[in-house]
Amino acid sequence: MATSATIHSHAPQGFIRKYVFSLDHKVIGIQYYFLALVAVFVGMFLSILMRVHMIWPTAVLPLVGEIKPETYLSLLTMHGTIMVFFVLTTAPQGGFGNYFLPIQIGAPDMAFPVLNMLSFWTTFVAFITILAAFFVTGGAPLHGWTGYAPLSALTNSGPGEQLGADLWITSIAIFCIASLMGALNFITTTLDLRAKGMTMMRMPLTVWAWFVTAILGLLAFGVLLSAGILLLLDRNMGTSFYVPLVVVNGQVMGHRGGSPLLWQHLFWFFGHPEVYIAILPGMGVASQLLSTFSRKPIFGYKAMVYAIMAIGFLGFMVWGHHMFMSGMSPYTAFAFSLMTMAIGVPSAIKTFNWLGTIHGGRVRFQTPMLYAIGFVSLFVSGGLSGPFLAQPVLDIPLHDTAFVVGHFHLIMGVAAIFGMFAGTYYWFPKMFGRMMNETWGRIHFVITLVGTYCIFMPMHYLGMAGQPRRYSQFTELAYLHKLIPLNTFITYAAIITVSAQFIFVINLFWSMFKGPKASDNPWESTTLEWITATPPPHDNFGGHTPVVNHGPYEYSVPGAPRDYIMQTDPATVASH
Amino acid sequence: MATLSSPVTIDVSKTGQGGGGTRPPAYGGGGDGRGDGSPDYGARLRRVRLGLAIGLTSITMIFVSLTSAYVVRRGLPTLDERTNTYVRDWIPVDLPIALLLVNTLLLLVSSITAELARRQITRQAALAPVRSIPGVSLGEDKAFPWLGVTVVLGGGFLIGQWMAWRELADRGFYLATSASSSFVYLLTATHAVHLAGGILVLLYAATVSLLHKPVEARRIVVDVTAWYWHFMFLLWLYIFGLLWFVR
Repeated sequence: MATSATIHSHAPQGFIRKYVFSLDHKVIGIQYYFLALVAVFVGMFLSILMRVHMIWPTAVLPLVGEIKPETYLSLLTMHGTIMVFFVLTTAPQGGFGNYFLPIQIGAPDMAFPVLNMLSFWTTFVAFITILAAFFVTGGAPLHGWTGYAPLSALTNSGPGEQLGADLWITSIAIFCIASLMGALNFITTTLDLRAKGMTMMRMPLTVWAWFVTAILGLLAFGVLLSAGILLLLDRNMGTSFYVPLVVVNGQVMGHRGGSPLLWQHLFWFFGHPEVYIAILPGMGVASQLLSTFSRKPIFGYKAMVYAIMAIGFLGFMVWGHHMFMSGMSPYTAFAFSLMTMAIGVPSAIKTFNWLGTIHGGRVRFQTPMLYAIGFVSLFVSGGLSGPFLAQPVLDIPLHDTAFVVGHFHLIMGVAAIFGMFAGTYYWFPKMFGRMMNETWGRIHFVITLVGTYCIFMPMHYLGMAGQPRRYSQFTELAYLHKLIPLNTFITYAAIITVSAQFIFVINLFWSMFKGPKASDNPWESTTLEWITATPPPHDNFGGHTPVVNHGPYEYSVPGAPRDYIMQTDPATVASH
Repeated sequence: MATLSSPVTIDVSKTGQGGGGTRPPAYGGGGDGRGDGSPDYGARLRRVRLGLAIGLTSITMIFVSLTSAYVVRRGLPTLDERTNTYVRDWIPVDLPIALLLVNTLLLLVSSITAELARRQITRQAALAPVRSIPGVSLGEDKAFPWLGVTVVLGGGFLIGQWMAWRELADRGFYLATSASSSFVYLLTATHAVHLAGGILVLLYAATVSLLHKPVEARRIVVDVTAWYWHFMFLLWLYIFGLLWFVR
């Protein structure tokens, strides 16, 4: 009995057990992070191909050659899918959540380390499966990341809808299983492995965000999994869940009676919570950083917690707002519209509290803080167009235009990415024991922030002017001629912004080996990851179990010797 | 539960700041076996049960979504291309009801034997510390193999389901025959896959005993699988009820 316990009490030796099939949540977190890093570059490359094709439709591009309409749809599908699943879902939750949730609650590891390893490697298999779709007969699928039936449910509806689409669905199903395992682990860990004194209301807001995100994942991914299985059956076993009586190329298909709307309902019941799965961890990081770098307690901690819960809850009530175009009853649309606008309330509470946190603080404008402020900026800019689209009367003309592309990229895409950048610059010293370069971090920030606005703000105007989304070519449409310069501007902005990401990658890898050594608590932060060694030992706290006496954001407490009180400091440091 | 676990050394001085340390070290949990002393099986059991409850939530969501699809599809009219009108095309499936009732009975009995296995190993785990005292003998434990019986009955249920599918096919209901038959196969197969997973875990629990793992560790596996098994039984009742009453 004791033997089995002591054998594993030391860090595993050997490359395979230590770095490949590791059970250590920190290694698994880094694995998730690098998986997402690879995925984000694949996704960005696809987006650049699309942007270039938009302004030079006849150009022959590297790797893909001339972009035909179906190639464009493949690029669009794979860009969306890879970014949503393998970047926005993987890095903030699987990466940072895995690494820092156990440490921030004072646990030695996740509740189920073997399950944790399995969920990473399952995600990895899902990623390989989706990449394989590029290389099969017919190429990658055409049906967009939303995979609307019947396009996605018929194997002869387009060149990419053969094996490519099967691989796409299989990849998503595998990803669902991985995410469910991850969510189970996150929730159990948060509920069961908190250190003594770490009450729920003393958890850092990052932990709250990961916890609520895991609950959303637990409830949402099962639905997508069953939707995907129905889709596979429709494609391969002749069932008619989603496919009505259809004629493809003059040929009557054998299906009858299925409902394409059924797919939309199931997909968006997952799809809308997915938006919050992507953004909530970013909100957590922004809250943590704004407080730390303003040297002030977070403004309205409890309100922040309840706002996260409210956003998570309402996130399940609004999937219909993606389907205003589907001919739903105006009464149903009204209900969905009302619920959607209600999300504005907790979102505004969060924004108000973030601004309240910075207000009057002694703000330290270091790179992580810049990104946290950038997050708030993008969240507001992208969020404000939300209430527009939440109203059916406005959504119907704007729905299939670039307006929506601008909206969701700002709020769900780049804001979440800014959360990841903030997290990277902030936690890098703890993860790798060295500091990232500050100057290049700032340069990277400025180019990325300005570039992001240059790319996505004009899309709102394009959309209002009627530029459709998902069209591979519109340079010959007379009514869009005047918009070509604006499109050209966006493409140049995209190329510059994407190029600037190499600054980040070089900074990341250079600092990993050559950066100045980091102290245990370089940002003078209060949460538990900063009390342990840098990088943390195998069991996180070197055989100790931390005991928590303070809330997570006790900065500038009157009477305290320093301007911050660690969560583990004795309870009598200061009266407050 | 905590009283059943093997002795745990709590090093109060090590827990450090605040002079707490009333909580046993969380190390050694979840099968990771990290930490200094013997694993705390009580804490681990609680954690695995919590994990199971959370896992069952996601399984519930899968069946909630399938139910929703079932009910919606059942109410949808279909375009009849000959008359160009909307018609109701839902054909109630002629379920092999006698066979399914036998299967239900098999699963009910297996749920009872799973519970007996769970109670049996709970008792064994409680006695384990006594047994480990040198010179103490409780006599040879001739335990009835409830676990094995559960696996056999579970396998019997799966075979019964297979026979039910064959029977359905004989009656002309294939997977793609109609929306209703698609759902019958889908719901029963999804349930069967989950039950097969439970059988695999029970087999694992049986082999764990051959690997000289402590009975406390085996008890955790059997305990949560028994709860999982009960859930599978209730889930089957639900599916059977849905397919029968909402034909």
